[in-house]
Amino acid sequence: MDQNHPTIEKIEPGVLARNVSRRGAIREGVGAGSAVVAGLALASLPVGLASFARKAYAQAPAPSIVDVLNFALTLEYLEDEFYRTGLAAAVAATLSAPELTTIQQVSKHETAHVRFLTAAIPAFGGTPVTKPTFDFTAGGAFADVFSNRVTFLALAQTFEDTGVRAYKGQAGNVASNDGVLTAALQIHSVEARHASQIRRLRGQKGWITNNERGDLPPQSQATYDGEETVNGGIGSPAVTEAFDEPLTMEQVLAIAGPFIAG
Amino acid sequence: MDADVTKSITLSNIRQLWEPGTRREFLRVAALGGSAVLLPAMFAACGDDDGGPMEPPPPDAVVLDLSSDAGVLNYAYALEQLEAAFYTQVIQAFYAGITPEEQQVLTDIGGHEVIHRDFLAATLGGARIPDLMVDFAGGNVDFTSRFSVLSTAKIFEDGGVAAYNGAGRLLTDLNNLLVAGKIVSVEARHAAAIRDLLRPGTRDFAGDDVVDPSGLDQAFEPGFVLQDSGLGQFIITPIEIVS
Repeated sequence: MDQNHPTIEKIEPGVLARNVSRRGAIREGVGAGSAVVAGLALASLPVGLASFARKAYAQAPAPSIVDVLNFALTLEYLEDEFYRTGLAAAVAATLSAPELTTIQQVSKHETAHVRFLTAAIPAFGGTPVTKPTFDFTAGGAFADVFSNRVTFLALAQTFEDTGVRAYKGQAGNVASNDGVLTAALQIHSVEARHASQIRRLRGQKGWITNNERGDLPPQSQATYDGEETVNGGIGSPAVTEAFDEPLTMEQVLAIAGPFIAG
Repeated sequence: MDADVTKSITLSNIRQLWEPGTRREFLRVAALGGSAVLLPAMFAACGDDDGGPMEPPPPDAVVLDLSSDAGVLNYAYALEQLEAAFYTQVIQAFYAGITPEEQQVLTDIGGHEVIHRDFLAATLGGARIPDLMVDFAGGNVDFTSRFSVLSTAKIFEDGGVAAYNGAGRLLTDLNNLLVAGKIVSVEARHAAAIRDLLRPGTRDFAGDDVVDPSGLDQAFEPGFVLQDSGLGQFIITPIEIVS
């Protein structure tokens, strides 16, 4: 199959992120991936999200670039609204100065990601999904999310660590377009910076050991399940820290589902 | 399969890290994060195969052919060699006054970089480039200075993130792309931690100097990384990029 790949062409530095024109879907299809993940409660997801999941679930074709960008946009909507709401709520006054500064910077980036993805999707003939209605209490499980800094920061960590794994899992699905792939990687590493900082503010290591959720609530465990594996093997703690693992679209949507009211 | 063996390398078998083999004991120790990780055994062997102890001959140039995945992975391997060598030296003799938190962060990161290096070496096997000669003194790194060590670590981690981000598109095999993704987010976690040690509690962990107004991190071309980014100054072995 390698013979089908074009010679890598030279792209000038600085053009990477803006190179969103299609080069041809040379690699498309290669990344169809193993989307056989057993029936997560798709019926409970909003219509738009369920359609992403069904496309991935149906094996062929792999999610399109627009599908992936809309999936990413949905996650960015969630993060963006979470932080903006928090910064305007009672919880903001309870944050330490480093915590507040961190959340402000993270919030700025999530807003920028929403804007970036919203602008990118039409370039591929797509329509940005509309923002879902979020329920950050997850039906009451986190009732004090916007008044209690412990709950707020716990969810922040969960969202950032999930975001890292979500983008990682989609890299192969946008690899047919160098510009999209590079931009996705550039967002991915920003999410990882956020995750590291929020984890450390919460007294955790910046990296994930085994599948440990630390002091996070049990509802966060799905964000860490599988981090102890390294390509199917079980690594030592340091090895599991040295490699972050991906999540599939279905796994991410299952994690996000409780926070999406419709 | 591909006739060109160097083009068919896939980073899918990370289990090589703990399978029996010549590197097994070293890797096992490395994976445990113990102090033996930090013995610069591999590194001390750099470039002295046939030279006298005082004056090793100038190393032969290393060629990275970025038109193949093996070349791109060797590029990553070169960067991981550099990072691992740096932290190995940091951990051998910490700067005075280091806090327990700083010690934990630097020890963890050093362990991760050694694991990355050895994973790439094991995966590339016979296709891997030789051990690079590096020199930190020439880059004015003062290992007794907290600021010098952390500032240099910042260059390595930010540079590593930008290098992997820029190299993803060069990889053909999606398994290799995925594994590069597994490494780069850990480098980004490192970068944020190092930056926060330097300027605690500020926006620097994901500062406006590395994240643009669209919320995108840096992505550098390999040539830029090796020549202009601040990383190249530490590599003595000449590196030639072919693409």
